[in-house]
Amino acid sequence: MKKIALALMLAAAGLAAHAAEVTVSAAASLTNAFKEIAVGFEAQNPGVKVLTNFAASDALLAQISKGAPVDVFASADQETMDKAQAQNLLVTGTRRNFVNNSLVLITPVDGAAHPTTLADLAKPDVKRIALGKPEGVPAGRYAKGALEAAKLWPAVEAKAVYATNVRQALDYVARGEVEAGFVYATDAAVQKDKVKVALTVPTETPISYPIAVVNGGPNADAARKFIDYLATPAGQAVLAKYGFGKP
Amino acid sequence: MDSSAWVALALSLKVAGWATLIDLVLGVACGWLLARKRFPGRDLLDAVLTLPMVLPPTVLGYYLLVLIGRRGWFGGWLNETFGIQLIFTWQGAVIAAAIVAFPLVLKAARAAFEGVDPQLERAARVLGLSEWAVFLRVTLPMAWHGILAGVLLAFARALGEFGATLMVAGSIPGKTQTLSIAVYEAVQAGQDSVADTLVGLTSITCIAVLLAAGRLSQARTAAT
Repeated sequence: MKKIALALMLAAAGLAAHAAEVTVSAAASLTNAFKEIAVGFEAQNPGVKVLTNFAASDALLAQISKGAPVDVFASADQETMDKAQAQNLLVTGTRRNFVNNSLVLITPVDGAAHPTTLADLAKPDVKRIALGKPEGVPAGRYAKGALEAAKLWPAVEAKAVYATNVRQALDYVARGEVEAGFVYATDAAVQKDKVKVALTVPTETPISYPIAVVNGGPNADAARKFIDYLATPAGQAVLAKYGFGKP
Repeated sequence: MDSSAWVALALSLKVAGWATLIDLVLGVACGWLLARKRFPGRDLLDAVLTLPMVLPPTVLGYYLLVLIGRRGWFGGWLNETFGIQLIFTWQGAVIAAAIVAFPLVLKAARAAFEGVDPQLERAARVLGLSEWAVFLRVTLPMAWHGILAGVLLAFARALGEFGATLMVAGSIPGKTQTLSIAVYEAVQAGQDSVADTLVGLTSITCIAVLLAAGRLSQARTAAT
């Protein structure tokens, strides 16, 4: 009898723990900020456990549209969130823009090439350029858009090394495997001892990050709380600390 | 069909082919060494050479990045001395695939050499053949069947290599984007129709390889 009671208690505890988990799928550029925010959110909401899942926004959308049990989706561009909305994956009225960011061109601190303009990327001393794959990574799309506007895309495309998310592009530059790369200003700040910002790249559309509660997620209640927490002074402080701007 | 899928297939075959060739030479040499020679550290060498089979591909990929990256000790030397860079090249993908598939050839070759009766080798030596001739005319022909089985497995494994390759060679369409990486990229980007094409092509290729392997071993059995 004791054993059965114990088993039931464990099962109940398991269910309770499950009910208090909130899964947050966030753009790779939010990795450091959201990990810290998760700790603060958990401290303020005892019993709630935040599970974070970081990847390129398009990859996260692909997971959600295939039925991944996600509660909160934060993407690095409007386009991906628009697609999610078009597929009816979001809870109506929960979408909002919560941070801004900017695109930068970075080089390794000890790199041989020193581009100061986008046009310098066409020069022969820049052999390889890391950027997110435009088909699946918002940072790559922003970069491609800016380069197309500057009529430099064909020159850069020939040297492009595509990353599966913006943090991989950052890693390629930090390791000195490429002469230059496109990442967000917040990413460059994470590795500022290894990469330096050559210039801030003007983008056609401002970079603002939308966030929303996912339809049919297991914990919609905690999902709303999590999004609200981002607007509190504690949440804002962390986002500002990592260099994100207010929308 | 999208021409990029064919480019990815051709690249996969090229990478797997070179990787298998390298594995064949090194695997036969190391397999023979482990099967026929007794020396200190033999077990350790065997363990180290088998490691790629059990280590996660990401660990291998990281080792390779640190080793052959532009700032790695070997990659840095290559870059400074010859101006050669292996990261983000198809040659880099070959190295990754060759290392991952190597134990399959090694294990098969070692077992095959151990299966060859040493008496026959001794007899050949008594008849005046040099060590090299004994290997080429007695040992290798008798072990060949087993080695070939390992080589085919290695080719299949190299064809499907993903983790270490992605870390070392990246994903540059037409240069390092193999079939398995192209599938991953397409799924990540939510391009299901592209993924469907690539997955179909991969499956057909693998079935063709297996059929060819089966045909080859049947022909061998019939010949003996």
